Amino acid sequence: MIEELLVARDVSYQYTARRGVEPVSVLRRFSVSLTEGEFFCLLGPSGCGKTTVLNLMAGFLEPAGGTLTLAGRPIRGPGVDRTVVFQGDDALFNWLRTIDNVAFGLRMQGMSKERRHAVAREYLHLVHLDGQENKYPGELSGGMKQRVQIARVLASDPKMLLMDEPFGALDAQTRGRMQSELVEIWRKTGKTIVFITHDITEAVLLADRVGVMTKGPESRLGAIIPVDLPRPRRRSTPGFGEMWEHINALIENEEAAGHD
Amino acid sequence: MTEVSPARPDRPADVSTPAPRLPLGWIKRDHLIYLASVAGLIVLWHVIATTFFKPQFFPPPLVVLATGREMLESGELMEHVNISLQRILAGFLIGSAIAAPVGLLMGYIPIVRAIFDPYVQFFRFVPSLAWLTPVVIWFGIGETPKILIIVYTTIFIVLINTMVGVSHIAPNKLRAAACLGAGPIQAFLFVTLPAALPFILTGMRLAMGNSFATVISAEMIAADSGLGYLIFNSRLWMATDKIFIGIVCLGALGLTADRFFRYLIVRFAHQYGPIE
Repeated sequence: MIEELLVARDVSYQYTARRGVEPVSVLRRFSVSLTEGEFFCLLGPSGCGKTTVLNLMAGFLEPAGGTLTLAGRPIRGPGVDRTVVFQGDDALFNWLRTIDNVAFGLRMQGMSKERRHAVAREYLHLVHLDGQENKYPGELSGGMKQRVQIARVLASDPKMLLMDEPFGALDAQTRGRMQSELVEIWRKTGKTIVFITHDITEAVLLADRVGVMTKGPESRLGAIIPVDLPRPRRRSTPGFGEMWEHINALIENEEAAGHD
Repeated sequence: MTEVSPARPDRPADVSTPAPRLPLGWIKRDHLIYLASVAGLIVLWHVIATTFFKPQFFPPPLVVLATGREMLESGELMEHVNISLQRILAGFLIGSAIAAPVGLLMGYIPIVRAIFDPYVQFFRFVPSLAWLTPVVIWFGIGETPKILIIVYTTIFIVLINTMVGVSHIAPNKLRAAACLGAGPIQAFLFVTLPAALPFILTGMRLAMGNSFATVISAEMIAADSGLGYLIFNSRLWMATDKIFIGIVCLGALGLTADRFFRYLIVRFAHQYGPIE
């Protein structure tokens, strides 16, 4: 039986008014239901509030209205069951070696150094960073830094991974490699993944389902498109182009029409 | 002495690229320029002093050197140097030890900031020397007032730098820590503190420079020992050579202290971020 893991129901969010600035209603009646183990891509025009959705799911923000539940329990604040991979490398702890970055969550749980390093090594192996344990983040390339972030969140064994355009700042080559490795990691670990992107190709390559957000402000989830292409996918996979066009048309309509 | 060995065919000498790891390659162009620059200043000093001034108005380097040797042999110089350094070190360390934790807490906890901010914003514009007389009245003319003045100077520089450091922490770091299970105290100890450390150390480095300036002023006004006293008291006897000894000592000590501090940072805290 398919379990509903994360459910957002009629979630709204607005940025509070500052002097001279009207409150901006970012989300209005945003609803989505994620099943356990699925790879969900959230796609939408820039400024539509994708990151706000992720921050709400992570518990960094509180919804102004509506409910957000994880496995039936309301989300209150950040938790180790939903760990975030950030777009920028500024989320890494630059004073810690790679292995201690990965072991950070385990250290917070009070695990001994020996044990947490052993676990961290396993995850470094999973993201193909063997031999990089003792480097500092500043000594790693952009792609390697994102691998450290992925290993770091996996080490805490969360229920789901929240990824905010994690490959957005990488060059095309690295990006392509990271995409296929992420699918590999997803298959091996069985985690539920929410992946934010504004790149249709990326969404079609990765996702089980693609959710397209409507144009902001007051955006919500418009269409949800199941991507039933066989894996592993490439751009040349039959049906890829059609799927891309389909989603692109939805977004273009959205941008032309504005919100309703 | 520092002659560059002739290039071997298998390893051509590359003078333009600094190679700091090789013990012999270390003494290269930059160091020669440094030495030449120092020597040039001394020559310039000599030329100007002997051409335009009487020695008692502007003593040339050799006269100052001779006086310095006399003062070293009599023990007078080291006495002044030691007492000034002790005051600087005590004030600087006490000030940093107070300012760093307070600055961290002010940066991390809004209510602590709200409580202390008015004092900080007000008193940082009051120079330490303005306090000299009240402090001497309250604490006498011993070591306490001089050290307190340096503590005062140090506190604001280190505290403000520390606060800036805390406010510069990328929000993503704290968010990452939170979703990896760090509570507020753990986030403070394992993220805020190490992330702010480069700023704390930079503040301390700046504060040390200011401590040198402050101790001299304090010793000029209210002391009977120390380099400031030496410099100011020598004016009574028109002993310009002694004044110059004081000046040279100050520059050399400040430079050495700064280099030493920078060495400690590079040696023990390099991973916290580059300090220049």
